[in-house]
Amino acid sequence: MMTIIDYGLGNIKALVNVYNRLNIDIQVATSSTQVISATKIILPGVGSFDFAMNQLNKSGMRDALEKRVLVDHIPVVGICVGMQMLAEDSEEGVEKGLGWIKGSVRKFDESLIPFKTRLPHMGWNTIKPRSGVKLFDRIEQDSRFYFLHSYYFENQDPGELICTTEYGITYASAVNRANVYGIQFHPEKSHFNGVRLLHDFANL
Amino acid sequence: MLQPRIIPCLLVHNKGLVKTTKFKDPKYVGDPINAVKIFNEKEVDELMVVDIDATVKGLEPNYFLIESLALECRMPLCYGGGIKTAEQAQRIFRLGVEKIAMSSAVVQNPHIVGEVASRVGNQSVVVVMDVRKKFLSNNYEIYTHNGKKATGLDAVKFAVQMEASGAGELVLNDIENDGMMKGFDLSLIDKVRASVSIPMTVMGGAGSIEDLGKVIEKYGIIGVAAGSFFVFKGKFRAVLINYPTPQEKLTFLNSYFMPNWESKQTN
Repeated sequence: MMTIIDYGLGNIKALVNVYNRLNIDIQVATSSTQVISATKIILPGVGSFDFAMNQLNKSGMRDALEKRVLVDHIPVVGICVGMQMLAEDSEEGVEKGLGWIKGSVRKFDESLIPFKTRLPHMGWNTIKPRSGVKLFDRIEQDSRFYFLHSYYFENQDPGELICTTEYGITYASAVNRANVYGIQFHPEKSHFNGVRLLHDFANL
Repeated sequence: MLQPRIIPCLLVHNKGLVKTTKFKDPKYVGDPINAVKIFNEKEVDELMVVDIDATVKGLEPNYFLIESLALECRMPLCYGGGIKTAEQAQRIFRLGVEKIAMSSAVVQNPHIVGEVASRVGNQSVVVVMDVRKKFLSNNYEIYTHNGKKATGLDAVKFAVQMEASGAGELVLNDIENDGMMKGFDLSLIDKVRASVSIPMTVMGGAGSIEDLGKVIEKYGIIGVAAGSFFVFKGKFRAVLINYPTPQEKLTFLNSYFMPNWESKQTN
């Protein structure tokens, strides 16, 4: 079953609402038993990197999560800070990331942003998905999605970069390695484009 | 490319949706859930809902209503009204709301901003500043309780203090321009915008797409919110929920936002 990892962070209710409307069964996992029964996993996240990693490590679900993702290879998507947690480390903190996708999380260079409000990068921005990526099959170039973050994932392997966005620089708004996906924006708060993306993740 | 946010703001009074003029004379404009459904279909950038009864009547936030609103929203939702404690804020956050707006509680106890931020993150804490120009002065004063209680606090100093306390966003609400639909007071926005750099949304006075445009042309990335403009049509103020279509929004951004700000973004 589609499973959202509930380690105390992220707008889980909004994700559940979207899947309920789509009539797709979904469970909110707070135990490793539930994680083991997952067939697709969503790792949400908001707030600071270290806090998120600590919460996940304390949740008792990390071992089960790694088994399902790294041994059984079921599709997983990290959203917002959940995407950043896929990295090896982050400039925002000292904790190690999950390290499922090579790269580090960096802070945006504020000197490149021409607005009075430089950070957080908050609001609707456009995305450029790479062609041939199944998750973005039904998402047009320059579609609008809702973003809210101050750090971004600088991934190592260009082949794992599946979508870019501009904010001062062009950065990775989505990454993918095998069954592991990360998306920086919030599909659960991005109207029809977001619903489409979450629907298509369920069908991967 | 990042875009400015255009935000309908809805007021809840006696369980219905109302629109005020200068914070008075609430006119019934419809059912809250129905309005949210319509704005959802119109793909609004963000929605703000404020319960204008909760604080003045000393009521708890209406969690049932908030949950029903959040259930409908496929876009970021900001809720305000009656929030006094970090526990209430956290409960509302768990119902699926992204942003929590506070006003009178913050005036009474500025530390509440940090307390709420430590639980739900700075980005989710919105401070609403209801302001009115001081008599024979170019300065603005903060009011609470639907514009009835003067606080003696200076708007600019208060904004600076709120940024330092960890507020994630300021909503600047111009009481005298509320419902007037005659344009924003740009000198007010100038003063506050110059003093803080956290995200800001301005409200009070929007009567046309040009009014929104003037703010965006000048400030680039900013939130522009409106009540009357998105719920009334025509000079007799007939209730008709409206919002620019994606195509209209693109045309709007192409005339007011891109010319001034695109080149700066791609330098």
